[in-house]
Amino acid sequence: MTCACNGEKNKEKYFEPLYMIFEEYGPDDKNLIPVLQNAQDEYGYLPEDVLKEISSHMKIPLCKVYGVVTFYTQFHLEPRGDNIIRVCMGTACHVRGASDIFEVVNDELGIADGETTEDLKFTLERVACIGACGLAPVIMVNDNTHGRLTPDKTREVLDIYR
Amino acid sequence: MKSLEELKEIRDKYKNEIQIRKKEFREEEHIHKAHVMVCTGTGCVSSGARDVVAEFNDELGSRNLEDEVKVVGTGCHGLCELGPLVIVYPEGTFYSEITRDDVAEIVEEHIIDGQIVERLLYEDKSGKKIAGYNDIDFYKRQKRIALKNCGKINPESIEEYFAEGGYEALGKVIDELSPEEVIEMVKDSGLRGRGGGGFPTGLKWSFAAGAPGDKKYVICNADEGDPGAFMDRSVLEGDPHGIIEGMAISAYAIGADEGYIYVRAEYPLAVMRLKKAIIDAEEYGILGDNIYDSDFSFDLHVKEGAGAFVCGEETALMQSIEGNRGMPTPRPPYPAVKGLWGKPTNINNVETLVNIPYIILEGPEKFAAVGTEGSKGTKVFALTGKVNNTGLVEIAMGTTLREIIFDIGGGVQGGKEFKAVQTGGPSGGCVPKEHLDLSIDYESLLDVGAMMGSGGMVVMDEDTCMVDVARFFLDFTQSESCGKCTPCRIGTKRMLQILERITQGDGQDGDIDLLLELGARVKETSLCGLGQTAPNPVLSTIKFFRDEYEAHIYDNYCPTGSCDELALPYWIDKDICIGCTACVNECPVDAISGERKEPHVIDEDACISCGACAEICPVDAIFQK
Repeated sequence: MTCACNGEKNKEKYFEPLYMIFEEYGPDDKNLIPVLQNAQDEYGYLPEDVLKEISSHMKIPLCKVYGVVTFYTQFHLEPRGDNIIRVCMGTACHVRGASDIFEVVNDELGIADGETTEDLKFTLERVACIGACGLAPVIMVNDNTHGRLTPDKTREVLDIYR
Repeated sequence: MKSLEELKEIRDKYKNEIQIRKKEFREEEHIHKAHVMVCTGTGCVSSGARDVVAEFNDELGSRNLEDEVKVVGTGCHGLCELGPLVIVYPEGTFYSEITRDDVAEIVEEHIIDGQIVERLLYEDKSGKKIAGYNDIDFYKRQKRIALKNCGKINPESIEEYFAEGGYEALGKVIDELSPEEVIEMVKDSGLRGRGGGGFPTGLKWSFAAGAPGDKKYVICNADEGDPGAFMDRSVLEGDPHGIIEGMAISAYAIGADEGYIYVRAEYPLAVMRLKKAIIDAEEYGILGDNIYDSDFSFDLHVKEGAGAFVCGEETALMQSIEGNRGMPTPRPPYPAVKGLWGKPTNINNVETLVNIPYIILEGPEKFAAVGTEGSKGTKVFALTGKVNNTGLVEIAMGTTLREIIFDIGGGVQGGKEFKAVQTGGPSGGCVPKEHLDLSIDYESLLDVGAMMGSGGMVVMDEDTCMVDVARFFLDFTQSESCGKCTPCRIGTKRMLQILERITQGDGQDGDIDLLLELGARVKETSLCGLGQTAPNPVLSTIKFFRDEYEAHIYDNYCPTGSCDELALPYWIDKDICIGCTACVNECPVDAISGERKEPHVIDEDACISCGACAEICPVDAIFQK
């Protein structure tokens, strides 16, 4: 992962929200989880630089910070997209070409299962049956279901959210 | 606030404010013309309760009635399915499924003209409209102790809590009772932990009280994570002061001066109301130093969880408060001796604590008069699944499952046959219909392989596959296993693999015995309650529904048709089929053939049982075998 702080000059500005959090929560082990929660609210996820800064400021080893972050499901180490795309991999969708649809999304956005695009617009996930077999193959974007997809139609659907 | 007398003065002042909501209300005592109570629990808010509150305020404002009619946002009433709920006092009229558009009608007809709006009343099974809150079947069979304030007061107003006698129990404890006497009262009440295990609360307190140490802690476990359970959320949102008072009393009894409420971050409304309640209590001097001018001081903090089911286990929860990965630690030492930061600590569940003020004020005898020999008082259940009235119910211990499901819950949805009820969430088991007359108490439930648990109660009908239910719960516990001890980490994984292959049609001879053996080992040898109870859903379904497992394994068939790979193919009744070809176009695997206007046929070998054809068929000619 590249450094998101763009060099020394912007570093202070980048960490400013974090320092505000440190003002409220002192460098005590018991404050680690609240600090992480507040930091994720600020940054949308927990970037490596932020974790390092938390570690050095709170005098908690980075391995422990990382251990806590990966234990709790609430914390994300990678940015999440504005739109979460769920491609159904259930039986009906499978026989109607769900893997083709998945490949189209994969190609178009350049991301694999569980990944997020660099512009943070999309996160892609494979899911089990979403109960819309009659519309197979289907994808869900956020809360909207799009069915009877072809590779071309899939591209059209993606365009709606781009 | 310096004394109990001062508290009583404040109470009497606010008592008149809420007198209109009482049965013994008399016309001449009123301050307001009416009170409009709108439920603002999470359930009702998601169906639009905030809009309803705003509309009432607008509507009353535009008619210059805002001084005469008070609009109050309350905690959960339990009947979440019919939300948003509105109750209008002094009549106590219960309106359900209220939207903004209904508000003007209620104001005009009910509040101004005094005519009940018939069309918005609750309708019972026979179609009869019922106006009175307490006349509804769902409510009239309940006994409310833990939920006594939920829905009755504004949870964001400490003054309304005072008016209901709030913080008097704390005052009485500090003024009149020694810590030992308080513990005796709790022991005498017979109260047992409501979070799952059912350990006697008074005994637990006496351990922490007897442990040597200057610094002690009390913790409220509000990390409610079972799928299908929301009892604690409703209490946290509906009666936050009740929990604070219960905690302060337990702190006094064991000699603690600091406490934590560990609450899920997924419950933002509960977090917000708790924080406000703590600030309000501090302002009145009920929390902080020298409470009621005594030597007793108590500080309380809210700690938000970060998404880990295992943190509901008390040792894992304390690890999490300390800022670590929430993994359980071996017991002994028990928290009562060596708990948070190594200090003696008492941990109780939300529902346990909210019973405490009642026990102190009303006396342990009154509490113990309700319930059975070994299980005293009441229990709150979240009744969900295939039942008509889903929601929150509080019943006396000893009530039967049949009464809860059929009398309060209104029976199984869609007239289907009752099959089983799952109690205790992922730690519990399934109770079949032959045990419907089982009395609800800690021991009876354990006897049939289920448990009280925190109080989830999921009703299942004839269409529910019990093997799939077991797989679902094990899938949950397996993914929530923290991985610290081997039996839970690997044992649940292997059990899940076996269940998955059974539900996918690849079950093998001997799988059932393997599940029984593994299940027993995981229960015996896991470190904490998560692993020790994870096999329960599997073991209890094998005990009562072994035939379903056998059908999956030996006959390659799912009796309820819910396991896709084992689902039976569809067929077309040629006497009904009109040959419209709709199903041919709908079938995702081209398994249907036939000439237009002639009966069609489904190729059973090609059919994947998705049911798309049956759904689209205009004449309902397609059935599953």
